[in-house]
Amino acid sequence: MIKKELICIGCPLGCSLEVLVENGSVIKISGHSCKKGEDYAVKECTNPTRIITTTLEVINGAEAMVSVKTERDIPKDKIYECIRALKGVKVEAPVEAGQVIVENILNTGVNVIATKNVARKA
Amino acid sequence: MKEYDIVIIGGGPAGLAAAISAREEEIENILILEREDKLGGILNQCIHNGFGLHIFKEELTGPEYAKRFIDKVLKLNIPYKLNTMVIDFNRDKIITAVNEEDGLLEIKAKAVVLAMGCRERPRGALNIPGSRCAGILTAGTAQKYVNIKGYLPGKKIVVLGSGDIGLIMARRMTLEGAKVVEVDELLPYSSGLKRNIVQCLNDYNIPLKLSHTVVDIKGKERVEGVTVAQVDENRNIIPGTEEFVSCDTLLLSVGLIPENELTRKANIEISGNTGGPMVDETMETEIPGVFACGNVLHVHDLVDFVTMESMEAGKNAARYVKGMYEKKGEVVELTAGEGVRYTVPVWVHTGNLGDGVDVRFRVSNVYRDKYISVYFDDVRIMHLKKRILTPGEMETIRLKPAFFKDRTDIRKITIKVEGE
Ligand SMILES: Cc1cc2nc3c(=O)[nH]c(=O)nc-3n(C[C@H](O)[C@H](O)[C@H](O)COP(=O)(O)OP(=O)(O)OC[C@H]3O[C@@H](n4cnc5c(N)ncnc54)[C@H](O)[C@@H]3O)c2cc1C
Ligand code: SF4
Repeated sequence: MIKKELICIGCPLGCSLEVLVENGSVIKISGHSCKKGEDYAVKECTNPTRIITTTLEVINGAEAMVSVKTERDIPKDKIYECIRALKGVKVEAPVEAGQVIVENILNTGVNVIATKNVARKA
Repeated sequence: MKEYDIVIIGGGPAGLAAAISAREEEIENILILEREDKLGGILNQCIHNGFGLHIFKEELTGPEYAKRFIDKVLKLNIPYKLNTMVIDFNRDKIITAVNEEDGLLEIKAKAVVLAMGCRERPRGALNIPGSRCAGILTAGTAQKYVNIKGYLPGKKIVVLGSGDIGLIMARRMTLEGAKVVEVDELLPYSSGLKRNIVQCLNDYNIPLKLSHTVVDIKGKERVEGVTVAQVDENRNIIPGTEEFVSCDTLLLSVGLIPENELTRKANIEISGNTGGPMVDETMETEIPGVFACGNVLHVHDLVDFVTMESMEAGKNAARYVKGMYEKKGEVVELTAGEGVRYTVPVWVHTGNLGDGVDVRFRVSNVYRDKYISVYFDDVRIMHLKKRILTPGEMETIRLKPAFFKDRTDIRKITIKVEGE
């Protein structure tokens, strides 16, 4: 059994939650003041995920960088791996917001897409 | 001199929303003036997600949020000029701007919307002693370097101030390979959003030291480290708590100031509490036909509210131009009472409330289990229990026309925080 301490981000109250986890499942939550905190605790302790955003270099672009994101959230423990996998990826201009830059990153089933347009260098 | 119905100064989310809503009110002759080489304002460098939860019910990144409005401006064929810096503005609504193509531009507007945003408080405003070496920059400047130029401005970083931009940059620089040693916050609480504290600091084990500040900066050409000390409840340094922290970069995230040089040129009075001009419920300043919205008016933490407020400003500017603008009723002053730092608007017209007027305000401290009360003179007409109030989160209450029914001669509306 492990005890985890979290701060709920559900509202500005920021309750300090204490969660007991056994064999990967939550057995007890305390410190929350509403259902939202409970859901948050379960999610954070069993399957925490984040959307990752970063920038990539553009080749022949009117701008140096293009901002990208994972289309959906990916497991939190894959953040660094995801950033590493994207390191060195260069994108040929023009780039359009929504364009898939890397398909199925780290086999998560999630694509990395551009979040802005970058025109080709004139 | 070229004439326009509505000129909007600033092409960030505030300016874009004002332009769109003015066009939706059928004003054709609009011009947006933007000093940068693209529309979108500060959102262009905010590549993280978390924008638009209120308006679009989804989490967009800054550029994506901006794009929705830029696309609309393009679709509506609203004219704009980029790389155009407005340098003067006066009470006759004559605007002077410069750009390469036109040189000096003089423009007369029937209505003006001020949407210049804000800028970060620089080191000069802080008074930290120590060396003037390289490696000290604001978090927003660092954000521009990393996200727009693709260049990491340091490898070992201390962040002073726990504003949202500082928190966002602590994560961003960590992901780019820098080591963020700590975030120091003078106050006993952070002004940043909870979510940013958890997802930008805790996720990466970056310590947040509350009631701590930087008292000295060491280094010759480049920062070599800072001295950090603890402060007491009166923000005085506690002797003996000084500690040297080695770093090559100090990021400042110590607040934003509305950018009101132009507003001052027109002699519009600036509120000491918000740093922005004072407006009524239509977002109109003391000069008829001059409106203000977004961060130039008061610093927002969520862009969604910038958009909503600016839609209102644009709509009212349009009505002003069309001569459909009538503010019925008496003018009543809104005041920030006990525990409240400011309110926007500062005046309301009692007969011009539509289906209600949103009053936005910030509290001056962290309060738990208190009430937000609204008084009409000495009569309490609203009493809302709040489990938590923090200066970092903007609050809103709605003044409904019903409150004013059967009440005449109201002199003053006060919003305050009360124990019971
Ligand atoms: C670094 C940073 C991070 C943020 N992160 C978040 C977040 O995570 N979530 C969220 O919801 N909100 C966030 N915000 C808040 C939100 O982005 C702002 O509230 C919003 O961008 C304000 O819009 P604005 O149009 O008032 O100002 P701005 O976006 O600053 O736009 C003002 C525009 O006016 C132009 N301008 C100024 N002066 C002149 C002049 N004299 N002549 C011509 N043009 C001029 C500027 O170039 C600029 O483009 C963040 C803000 C900052 C500063
Ligand atoms: S548990 Fe409920 S009350 Fe507490 S921070 Fe989370 S959402 Fe807010």
